Amino acid sequence: MILAAENLTLTRGGREVVSGLSAALHPGQITAIVGPNGAGKSSLLLGLAGLLAPAAGAVTMDGASLAALHPRARAQAIGYLPQVPDIAWDVAVENLVALGRLPWRDRGTEAVDAALAALDLEPLRQRPVSRLSGGERARVLLARVLAGCPRWILADEPLAALDLAHQLSLIAHFKACARAGQGVAVVLHDLALAMNHADRVLVLKDGRLIADGPPAEALAPQVIAQGWGVAARWLGEAGRLVEAGRLGEARGLALVAGPGPARADQGLE
Amino acid sequence: MNRASLVFALLLALLLPLSLLAGRVWIDPFDARATANAALILAELRLPRAVLAVVIGAGLGAGGAAMQGYLRNPLADPGLFGIAPMAAFGAVASFWLNPLLPAAWAAWSLPLLALLGAGLGMAALALIAGRTSSDAAGGAGGGIALFTLAGLMLASLAGALTALAITLAPNPFALSEIVLWLNGALTDRSWHEVAIAAPLIAAGIAVLGLAAKSLDALTLGEEAARSLGLDPGRLLALLVIGIGLTVGAGVAVAGIIGFVGLVVPHLVRPLTDRLPSSLILPSALAGASLVLAADSTVRVLPLVSELRLGIALSLIGAPFFFWLLLRMRRGQL
Repeated sequence: MILAAENLTLTRGGREVVSGLSAALHPGQITAIVGPNGAGKSSLLLGLAGLLAPAAGAVTMDGASLAALHPRARAQAIGYLPQVPDIAWDVAVENLVALGRLPWRDRGTEAVDAALAALDLEPLRQRPVSRLSGGERARVLLARVLAGCPRWILADEPLAALDLAHQLSLIAHFKACARAGQGVAVVLHDLALAMNHADRVLVLKDGRLIADGPPAEALAPQVIAQGWGVAARWLGEAGRLVEAGRLGEARGLALVAGPGPARADQGLE
Repeated sequence: MNRASLVFALLLALLLPLSLLAGRVWIDPFDARATANAALILAELRLPRAVLAVVIGAGLGAGGAAMQGYLRNPLADPGLFGIAPMAAFGAVASFWLNPLLPAAWAAWSLPLLALLGAGLGMAALALIAGRTSSDAAGGAGGGIALFTLAGLMLASLAGALTALAITLAPNPFALSEIVLWLNGALTDRSWHEVAIAAPLIAAGIAVLGLAAKSLDALTLGEEAARSLGLDPGRLLALLVIGIGLTVGAGVAVAGIIGFVGLVVPHLVRPLTDRLPSSLILPSALAGASLVLAADSTVRVLPLVSELRLGIALSLIGAPFFFWLLLRMRRGQL
């Protein structure tokens, strides 16, 4: 089930944030969406999730326009994880995860149990969300998305507030989803994570796609220079996989040149 | 029916007979010589008053629970957000219009205008804040922030208009009528008021019930809720109708009875899983119990003239509100 942006233009607050972008995302892969602040990454993800109506162009799923889909059918197909962990009421973990079943209008006990088990949340299922750590909360919110058994998982910076171990653990879950045939698209700020874990990287700048391809190509030093205005090069060999809890061969990004056109607010780890 | 519903249904079942017996004239249920007077008091005074307390309390409780769920804010209340004040302004306007209307119309002008006020209030909120665009930057969180601000402005406008109507009262009699009525009470209400309020409030609670699952989805924020299939336009329409009916009909027959919608969901929440859908029915039952208990209490207080129910509930509600704010400050909410 291919999720595609076709000549997609999105506007927010009257400003064009994504301009004429075309890209087809494939299931079974992790696609990372990266770019400097304000590049339109989150807007693109919202557009792909069908939550931001196109000003021009279209988002399609297997060729059918997402806008024409009933909201409930869309919700069954696409799970969206917002950037800000926003939970209004102090509900228990299992009740929060069960909200993922709303598009199906069932209790989906099996799906909820499976989602809790997949993210090692069984011991926490009765705990109120206010008593969770940041890492636990991130896992609970992802479990909510998994409980809906969506064919696509779109996550906006799911790793931003997590420490290294939790980042790797969550990435392992995304990989498991991709292996199971789900499509995964994540907005990432950390280029090293994108380099080491994504199957494909989309690089955005000013609402336009400036690179699209396997990480080694899409995150080549010249692309980073063009996108972020930072001279950088990759260190280490291209080790592809880091399983949760076990650091394998991974590449790091190093800032090697002087300030050049770099902007201080875009720290590269 | 969840545990909280059961608890408050039992409480209500306990309070209802007690309320029928309590008053200036206490009725002894075991007195075989029960007079015709006692039967008359029960059938024509106590019973309609108790039923009205139950109906109005249920509407205010359910309306408050739905509003808190929609605004994702435990401090929200239809009274604070302009719906009850708009209904009250509608009712006050009827004191002005009544002399101009034929006698047959006069009896209906107050409830009709109060309902109209509540409906206009909710419609104004929907017009100002309900244009949930596809623009997530302004539409999503902005929609609820706008709703809050618009509600507060509406409450302030309705308050000012009501004050103006009082200032310009056509005669001292109308003035005292308006002021007394604004304070909210169930004194001297009959089956006539029950017949007006009960069907409207029951319909309103049913409409709010339809919104329950959408309110649950909002727990995760508006964007996540929309990703779960929430239709913001439908939800707002259900709330406009549901809260307009539950609160408007209550104000129409009893004046402003404040703080029930604010306080009740807090009493209920710890007994539930805290999701908005689990709150609506028990909040209706708890609101019914609270208003019934408060109304029975003001009836038996040894005061020269009966304490107005609206005043009594505000006297309980305002300190409770402060306590909520303090708890919020300490991060316990």
